Amino acid sequence: MTESFTKPLLDVRDLSVSFSQNGRETVAVNRISFSIEAGETLALVGESGSGKSISALSLVRLLPPGAKYSGEAYFSQENLLKLDDESLRKIRGARITMVFQEPMTSLNPLHTIERQISEILELHGLNQDSERRARVIELLTEVGIPNPSARLGAYPHQLSGGQRQRVMIAMALANKPDLLIADEPTTALDVTVQAQILALLERLQKNYHMAILFITHDLGLVRRFASHVCVMKKGEIVEKGDVISVFSKPSHPYTKALLSAEPKGLPLKENENAPIVISADNLRVWFPIKRGFMRRTVDHIKAVDGVTLKVHAGSTVGVVGESGSGKTTLALALLRLIRSEGPIVFLGNNIDGASVADMRPIRRDMQIVFQDPYGSLSPRMSVAEIVAEGLTVQRPELSLDARREIVGKALKETGLDPSTMDRYPHEFSGGQRQRIAIARAIVLEPKFIVLDEPTSALDMSVQAQIIDLLRDLQNRMSLAYLFISHDLRVVKALAAHLIVMRHGKVVESGSAEEIFANPKQEYTRALFAAAFHNKVEPLD
Amino acid sequence: MVGPTTASDQLAPPVVRTGWLKLTPLNKRRLANFKANKRGYWSFWIFMTLFVMSMLSNILANDRPIIAYYKGEILFPVFITYPEEKFGGFLARTDYRDPTIENEMKAQGWMIWPPVRYSYDTHNLDLPTPAPSPPTWMLSDRQCEAAAAKLNKSDHPNHGCADIEWNWLGTDDQGRDVVARLLYGFRLSVLFGLILATVSSIIGVAAGAVQGYFGGAIDLIFQRFIEIWSSLPQLYLLIIISSFLTPGFFVLLGILLLFSWVSLVHVVRAEFFRARNFEYVNAARALGLSNYRIIMQHLLPNATVATLTFLPFILNSSITTLTSLDFLGFGLPPGSPSLGELLLQGKSNLQAPWLALTGFCIIALMLALLIFIGESVRDAFDPRKSFE
Repeated sequence: MTESFTKPLLDVRDLSVSFSQNGRETVAVNRISFSIEAGETLALVGESGSGKSISALSLVRLLPPGAKYSGEAYFSQENLLKLDDESLRKIRGARITMVFQEPMTSLNPLHTIERQISEILELHGLNQDSERRARVIELLTEVGIPNPSARLGAYPHQLSGGQRQRVMIAMALANKPDLLIADEPTTALDVTVQAQILALLERLQKNYHMAILFITHDLGLVRRFASHVCVMKKGEIVEKGDVISVFSKPSHPYTKALLSAEPKGLPLKENENAPIVISADNLRVWFPIKRGFMRRTVDHIKAVDGVTLKVHAGSTVGVVGESGSGKTTLALALLRLIRSEGPIVFLGNNIDGASVADMRPIRRDMQIVFQDPYGSLSPRMSVAEIVAEGLTVQRPELSLDARREIVGKALKETGLDPSTMDRYPHEFSGGQRQRIAIARAIVLEPKFIVLDEPTSALDMSVQAQIIDLLRDLQNRMSLAYLFISHDLRVVKALAAHLIVMRHGKVVESGSAEEIFANPKQEYTRALFAAAFHNKVEPLD
Repeated sequence: MVGPTTASDQLAPPVVRTGWLKLTPLNKRRLANFKANKRGYWSFWIFMTLFVMSMLSNILANDRPIIAYYKGEILFPVFITYPEEKFGGFLARTDYRDPTIENEMKAQGWMIWPPVRYSYDTHNLDLPTPAPSPPTWMLSDRQCEAAAAKLNKSDHPNHGCADIEWNWLGTDDQGRDVVARLLYGFRLSVLFGLILATVSSIIGVAAGAVQGYFGGAIDLIFQRFIEIWSSLPQLYLLIIISSFLTPGFFVLLGILLLFSWVSLVHVVRAEFFRARNFEYVNAARALGLSNYRIIMQHLLPNATVATLTFLPFILNSSITTLTSLDFLGFGLPPGSPSLGELLLQGKSNLQAPWLALTGFCIIALMLALLIFIGESVRDAFDPRKSFE
């Protein structure tokens, strides 16, 4: 007993993981060492591809069969890497449990939540039906699912994202684990929900006295949630220590870079005298709900319900809100990519009734950059073809060489090497791909660009670069942006005017500076508290 | 931002144009993948050899000489029909196999024959045994004696199989050479299959693309139409139609096309449904691309893999449909060289196993080769293989 006090709960020494494919060996994790005491939280931070998830998965040997492990990982005197499968199974799901990032895909869509949770209880020895049910209800109560006995028969799709993650946590807690591995547990969630889940984890950690290995890319979460931190880069731990000292006195240049990578700078001032590029008045996008044999319209889903906005040349309007608040729908409606009601005036012309053919010349002046740099570039076209595509439609008089010249310029503007234009998108990193998407948007020299979460899929340091690029382009080309994001820190760095949306309606709008300093609405305050301090504020 | 540029500050790398075939890196990788699949690669070359041979069947198996020299004139009997009076006969078309004509031409010049001296419709009148006659190498000299004697070569007495014209795979029940019929029949089947598969894929992909891309009412109406259309009993319709239209190559092609285009529609439609919501399609719409261009440039490439998966099967089913129609007797007009007809002859002449065996082997070989090729083409286009 005395020994377990001196020895840490989990002690990892010189852990390496490599994959061999087609005779080539790739080292994913290179000789990392760390340890976790019982009841403490250790955070593994790093950008995508740094090997943090692989390190965690290798502890319970959940990696694909090609993986090779070396080193030692002692979990209460047993080396997890050498353990036989039978004993390892007893540890997995009982003493070490996991919560994954994507709650939609980590739950089986065909099973009720009762069945999913009781399966684990059964596997680890709870055989009585009534006992199991009681324990499931107890667990659901513990993770804060309202009215748990009524929700036992619910399927995953009937729950919200936050509730699904709560169910995942209930499953992880089912056998009172000693160690919980949380792999980006809040990344897929909205900020307010994120804060609630973190608060829940914190409370449960105290109750169960369990250790948490917390994997994340978000430094803000680390600072608030973890006691110790390991910073990973390319499969190696470059710096470790307790959170306070690492954050206040980072010693490794990579940690310093990460800490300073948060989007900085101030948005360009909104110029009231600059011409209005686009304005909409009481814009509505209603999707009819049809029922019955005659397909009568019984009700509407009000995706966007009466939004009024205007964007001046050379300035940015930020649209913030949680998922499902109608931000993207608003953008698509402004670009006339979906049907909407209410007048839209673009460069002095009323475009809300324009036909597809009438819109074509206008599209030259309005562009969009999407969130996912992987999905927004066609994988079967070269970069030159992707960027030049708009030119072939809007300026068909150009020769191939002239087009390529313009493409080269646009790529240079966005900080890419023009000589790479004949490569395919899959040869570029996420940040570079987003630059390609921006190049595609600016190549036509538009007046107005919709930026639909352009930084959400990118690593923190890349986010800052993209924001700097966008601000620089705006400055030089006097572009008007409609900037959609759920990430308030990014919005703060770019938007001069702010619109806060919820359930398709505008909750609050006005100068960004004013709203950030002094939010008037309760919803806005809750949103800010969650985003900037990871705090839960009561919401109706 | 955009202005005229001089050559000195050129930003874009020049377009690489090498040779007549410009391969993008992606296509190079696909070609390498295709070559890496040994079975598919070898199948491709074997099939191509057979295909080219069958395309040249007029030169490889014919009852006319390829080139002849007669009275100081060079003639091309394979390509040009000469009246027989030119050589002292009386028929409208020269029968070069007639010993009289042959001797006359040999006396006045020379001629080069194809390796097989029968066309698909040449009746061998000097068979050693009654038709269907077995392959000549299966016969004994005594069986050949009578036929050899008929050749009436006076210079030396010859009475063996070595002296008669050989039928390498025997003849059918009308005394026609099986090798020649096989060559012509293979050509006909493959061409029919290729044309039918290509045309029905084009129609099927176009129909699927329109339905998948536009969706809604268009999709609903077309889908119901296809459901009704594909539930029509094809075979009965074929039998009825072929009773009042003379079934030739193109009539059959047309009739089969009426039904075969449906097979690809569902796959392409599903692919389009999936891909039309991709962000890059939305981006293309925001750039002002027309629907036609979005379909052609962004969506069709996505549907190719699915299409390619089905293409070998469609090709094979086209070939087997023709073969089975011929076998049932509703196919090409009598006398046409067709593999189905060969199988039918094999069925009605069980005492002549070379007919059925040859037919079976060549059809099995052709279908297997096409499937192997199709399989490796599909694998080569698989994005998970070509993008990694």
